[in-house]
Amino acid sequence: MQLDQLYQEIILDHYKHPHGRGLRDAEDSGDHVAEAHHVNPTCGDEVTVRIATDGAVLHDISYDGMGCSISQASASVLHELLRGRGAGEAFEVHEAFVELMSGRGQVTPDEDVLGDGVAFAGVARYPARVKCALLPWMAFKDAAARAGVGVSPEVKA
Amino acid sequence: MTSIAIPTGMPQYDDVPRFDVARVRADFPILDREINGHPLVYLDSANTSHKPRQVLDVLGEHYARHNANVSRSVHTLGTEATEAYEGARAKVAAFLNAPSTNEVVFTKNSTEAINIVAYAFSNASLRADADPRFRLGPGDEVVISEMEHHSNIVPWQLLCERTGATLRWFPVTDQGRLDESGLENLVTERTKIVSLVHMSNILGTINATSRITARVREVGALLLLDCSQSVPHLPIDVVDLDADFIVFTGHKMCGPTGIGVLWGRGDLLAAMPPVFGGGSMIETVTMARSTFAAPPARFEAGTPPIAEAVALGAAVDYLTGIGMRAIQWHEKELTAYALEALGSVRDLRIFGPTVPVGRGGTISFALGDVHPHDVGQVLDSLGVQVRVGHHCAKPVCSRFGVPAMTRASFYLYTTTEEIDALVTGLEQVRKVFD
Repeated sequence: MQLDQLYQEIILDHYKHPHGRGLRDAEDSGDHVAEAHHVNPTCGDEVTVRIATDGAVLHDISYDGMGCSISQASASVLHELLRGRGAGEAFEVHEAFVELMSGRGQVTPDEDVLGDGVAFAGVARYPARVKCALLPWMAFKDAAARAGVGVSPEVKA
Repeated sequence: MTSIAIPTGMPQYDDVPRFDVARVRADFPILDREINGHPLVYLDSANTSHKPRQVLDVLGEHYARHNANVSRSVHTLGTEATEAYEGARAKVAAFLNAPSTNEVVFTKNSTEAINIVAYAFSNASLRADADPRFRLGPGDEVVISEMEHHSNIVPWQLLCERTGATLRWFPVTDQGRLDESGLENLVTERTKIVSLVHMSNILGTINATSRITARVREVGALLLLDCSQSVPHLPIDVVDLDADFIVFTGHKMCGPTGIGVLWGRGDLLAAMPPVFGGGSMIETVTMARSTFAAPPARFEAGTPPIAEAVALGAAVDYLTGIGMRAIQWHEKELTAYALEALGSVRDLRIFGPTVPVGRGGTISFALGDVHPHDVGQVLDSLGVQVRVGHHCAKPVCSRFGVPAMTRASFYLYTTTEEIDALVTGLEQVRKVFD
């Protein structure tokens, strides 16, 4: 196996220097804030994702957690990609990331959509690690549903 | 090791039985595999062991030559299958020095064996005429420990929920030993059963049980020992151990998956109500009610894992042929070697005893703040197979303040070269994550 395909520099960078880490209160007191805490029962990794939104724009996505490099880097990338985005747009990115991770390495990611998320293409070849990468994204989906934005988590991937 | 002169009169190096590891390794076909371009270094035997050709052959031979259902046919194949299945039971009984073959109940695994005992308590608690040793209710207590595998926690939590009994537990010391200091207050006249791990699957600790046994006897409770990690690795004599029940699983002792053992004292098994109902476990059945067979059949409803039991018998033969005492010493030496080698790795923290005394060849550790998943992934790229995660013992991880651990575990086929490969691999992990 090619270890550097899994541990791309981008992933290790996000892991060692996470972007936007730490749970924050909403800057705008009119924003709706909701969060979701997800755990991976097989390894004990945990992440909490919190969303501050006016219903249309995701003003902030903050997070905290503990876990492996893949899950923590994925949370950092999620923050960077989706913060400040419109809800509809954010869900398109979400869908693209889930598709990439479910593709067993057969999906070619679109860098325009996924940004640093393309670095996770290699992770998709390691079934044991896909859950790590998806952990913050699944927490995001639940948090968004609780914040009343996006589509129902039962409908989307 | 032999260069150190041991004074005469003391136990000498050569007093201990030994075996040729290279010859043993030749019995295990899987050990020839390469993983990611490297020779397989399998350090996950506490999870499951590999199977020697002698066991694989018996498994295949049973299906190819003797396949039939057991305990119900008069035909030749049925007789052969029954003889093989009951022969395996006798082998297991002899392996444990059990006073009677009928004290060996075949189960699916240790988890099922523990659940059978827990549900027997549950079922007895519903009947006023059941044996009082198995009746539980509010005010009664079940005692476990903080170092249990989930399989020896959850069944008792569920039992306590069903019966209103209270669950209590022994804590674990900073050194990873069972904290027996509160024994007198923990195990009392209210205690109905103490269910303890014999050797921890995560800390490697081997619990000395005699003080606990004495207290259990004093208060009139029962003692179950989870021997999943000890039966495969050291000589176990149930008479000597003086427990009431022991459980273990076949796949960790060179046998197949799907077969485990509940050993219980004859009089206790006879007093236990059945748990699973069905074929083979009955004496007679009418439409209104049934009466039940004597143990072990009472606890083996339905067609059992026949070939798996027969192959477990072959595993017992294999281990006995090498000698459990020799296996125990081999692993003791490996453990001493590994503790020293891992101790030399910068920023490595061992969870559990750091001396090769009162512990087995299962060592969990943290490497700096690198997450165990990442440690395991880099090691795998070098062919080194270790377990990472919470090892189905989350309370132990919480006790030591970590979400997960990396674990290396040894068996009779493990070599010191493999431990060296682990240490070298850990240096590689550093390079990726520093």
